Amino acid sequence: MRFILGFIGAVFAGVLLISLIGNLSTYFSNPPAPLASDVFHKEPKELHLTSDGPFGKFDKRQLQRGFQVYSEVCSACHSLKLVSFRDLKGLGYNDAEIKKIASDWKVQAPSINPDTGEPATRKPLPSDTIPPPFANEVAARAANNNALPPDLSLITKAREGGPAYVYSLLTGFTNQAGYRNEKGVELLKNFPEAKTPPNLHFNPYFANLNIAMPPPLTTNGQVTYADGTPATVDQMAKDVAAFLAWTAQPDLENRHAAGLSITLFLLIATILGYLAYRQIWHEAKRAVRVTGALDPQNQAKSRKAKAKQNVAG
Amino acid sequence: MATKAGSAEVPQTAGPNGEEEGFRRRDYLKVAAVSFAGVGGVAALAPLLVQMAPSADVLAMATTEVDISKIQPGQGIKAQWRKQPVFIRNLTPKEIQEANAVPLSSLRDPQTLAERTKPGKTNWLITLGVCTHLGCVPLGISEGENRGPYGGYFCPCHGSMYDTAARIRQGPAPKNLMVPDYQFTTPTTVTIGAKG
Amino acid sequence: MSFSWARPYEPKSKFMQWLDERLPLPRLVYGAVGGGYPVPRNLNFFWNFGVLAGIFLTIQIVTGIVLAMHFTASTDEAFTSVNQLIMRDVNAGWLLRYAHMNGASFFFIVTYIHIFRGLYYGSYKAPRELVWMLGLVIYLLMMATAFMGYVLPWGQMSYWGAQVITGFFSAFPIVGEPLRIWLLGGYAPDQAALTRFFSLHYLLPFVIAGVVILHIWALHIPGSGNPTGVDVKDERDTLPFHPFYTAKDGWFAGAFLLFYCVVTFFAPNYLGHPDNYIPANPLATPAHIVPEWYFWPFYAILRSFTVDFILPAKLWGVLAMFGSILLLFFLPWLDKSPVRSGSYRPMFKRFFWLLVIDVLILGYIGGAPINWWRTALGQAAAAYYFLHFLVILPIVSAFEAPDPLPSSISESVLHGEAAEAAPMGQKSKRTGSVATAAE
Repeated sequence: MRFILGFIGAVFAGVLLISLIGNLSTYFSNPPAPLASDVFHKEPKELHLTSDGPFGKFDKRQLQRGFQVYSEVCSACHSLKLVSFRDLKGLGYNDAEIKKIASDWKVQAPSINPDTGEPATRKPLPSDTIPPPFANEVAARAANNNALPPDLSLITKAREGGPAYVYSLLTGFTNQAGYRNEKGVELLKNFPEAKTPPNLHFNPYFANLNIAMPPPLTTNGQVTYADGTPATVDQMAKDVAAFLAWTAQPDLENRHAAGLSITLFLLIATILGYLAYRQIWHEAKRAVRVTGALDPQNQAKSRKAKAKQNVAG
Repeated sequence: MATKAGSAEVPQTAGPNGEEEGFRRRDYLKVAAVSFAGVGGVAALAPLLVQMAPSADVLAMATTEVDISKIQPGQGIKAQWRKQPVFIRNLTPKEIQEANAVPLSSLRDPQTLAERTKPGKTNWLITLGVCTHLGCVPLGISEGENRGPYGGYFCPCHGSMYDTAARIRQGPAPKNLMVPDYQFTTPTTVTIGAKG
Repeated sequence: MSFSWARPYEPKSKFMQWLDERLPLPRLVYGAVGGGYPVPRNLNFFWNFGVLAGIFLTIQIVTGIVLAMHFTASTDEAFTSVNQLIMRDVNAGWLLRYAHMNGASFFFIVTYIHIFRGLYYGSYKAPRELVWMLGLVIYLLMMATAFMGYVLPWGQMSYWGAQVITGFFSAFPIVGEPLRIWLLGGYAPDQAALTRFFSLHYLLPFVIAGVVILHIWALHIPGSGNPTGVDVKDERDTLPFHPFYTAKDGWFAGAFLLFYCVVTFFAPNYLGHPDNYIPANPLATPAHIVPEWYFWPFYAILRSFTVDFILPAKLWGVLAMFGSILLLFFLPWLDKSPVRSGSYRPMFKRFFWLLVIDVLILGYIGGAPINWWRTALGQAAAAYYFLHFLVILPIVSAFEAPDPLPSSISESVLHGEAAEAAPMGQKSKRTGSVATAAE
């Protein structure tokens, strides 16, 4: 039987060897050309948020600014379907403010005409999720040159780089003409096929380099922040990235707090356990256990029996 | 403890007294470690139990607004609150008179009509449409339904009969139909579930 | 138990006596994990991982059952039920979801260490062949359970992972495509696949629990192995499981759970893939479809076959992938050395470490984007994997000269573990001193 198995092993190894040779010969005879995105795609810029790290907490004022950017700029095309208005309590708004945000929301929630039964709309309630700008994917694509603006509820968990990626993307739109990467390689000279098609926009932080979204944050002061912070493009991008970090991970602060107490608890429990273990094992390996009359258990039994006799007698 | 294998490592030379003391010192650490682990185990139950409590989306459906402008005296509608039926009835003066004429001592669950309605709006009777016996939806809110001999509601499941103030008069139900918290946000809209 | 000096069960209270006379469960527990199960006294920490696997199975079952109270197995609602309802609205829902998600990864980490312990110390050899094979059955069930569980949130990786893995079956000629359609209940993963995966994902962990009981039962017939591979001879070689190994397992479990909690609470998405936070889209394939990390070595083996040779490359890949696990069933007969433990088999030891490095390389290749040199490295590593088990081990076990074994476990313990045997990763020392009780 071992010969059969050995033969099977040799066969697999052999076919792998053939594949390996095929792979290498293909590579050396026809080396694949690098893609523009391999050479020019940029890793996200660094973004430091107060929510970073194991002890991170959200900056509620930044979250509110970010929500303002979302509602005034992004919500025209991007839905936030998993977030309910009542969730905005986590940003520090009270019930009355939330009720107003909900009922003032520029898109209404679907409902039914109570008299005729036909589809109608109504003002959103705090218990509703934020109504999407487009009723369905077909409508979204029709309004955006066949591109689908993704829902942003989980975007910072759904992209490598998270909030830093969102921030880099929003601030990364640049002119393609004459664009060079850090090594000085010029894009259009070496990869003319990467020229931005008419309805797309060049952004080296996007995986395919050309993204369907036009730069959403173009001018300073595009949004007037309620708390008076100057709304530069950079600031708006940071704030909305922080807001989207919250929409994706509203549990972050609770999670960190629970994690801290549980880690501390387990640390103490482990240390206690370890000390108890050392105590129990102290003599174990060296003590040669004996049986019969010298067995400590039998000794204890006979001592007990003697003690009983003394009491009785 | 003497029968446990823990005694195996007792040094052979320790006398009876030394052994007794060694026992107690040893035990503290073991007891501490095991109790700590036990506390951890119990604490780990907390999320498992708490996840069964109503989630935030269920708790958020705490209020329902109902437009009552179209309900004529003598009519009623069935609305929904917390996924349960709510009877909203516009009582006629005759029905109010009948309700006030009933002596409290004869009621299983004594309550006046005034206690079950808002001041100045005694004609608006808003109750849960859930029989307090075993939970069926009583008849009588819609046109043509059997209202039972007391002119209020009648539960077909086991024959509980409610009067014009939705109080239990006959049958197995122990309590009157429950009046939820509600508020008149405008003269023609009621918010059920809102504390007033 | 097979050991004559195993302490018999003595009920400590009237109630326990009453219970034991009617249903000998206390006696069973005492003889399995209590003071009545003699265990070699020289076990090292690699013996802790079986119990840890049991702990993680329990964690998965408990968190899974409560998650199932909120999950909706509908293609329209699955993603929302997980990412909105459970993660935001259910009390402690985020904790349960992250615990279950990372619990699966840790279950595999612990199981892989447990398997590699078995490979090094010859735990698969007679008389424990069935323990080994039951363990492999558990592993296969774990893989099926994990695969189906990953599909449930219906994210992009859930959907495309289901598409790729069920696509394997279509590699088989004639029956392949009908088999794939039968498995899915359709032509692509859809509602039918989601509901049946939910049903089976709920069922299989209990099947695993049953096989675990058989696995432990089969082990307790000959008793536990030990790092020297030398059989237990008399009472001096063993210690009762309780309190010695309950204490050891207890504190180590605390430490490992600490590691688990740090990941779950501070980096819950580190071991996952961002694409699964995108709702499934049957019309758009993600740029890089990869399974979860614990499948990466097998994914690498699958993708290594790039050339048709008699059979199509796809079929070679599928056969090799299944073969890589199935060959492990034959291990007790491939490795015929009478010496169990790798500590006393210098040639075997070197190849063992090559295998570990090989599997780590395969794991890296399986998770990384494809390019020419990674494919080449993967092909070489996959070839070594098959050669290792099917060609090298039989030859090495037939011809190697093992080191002299200690005459008994207690002898090796008394003269110091370090003097007699080399635990995994350490060189054999001949100090002859009474070592600090090296655990």
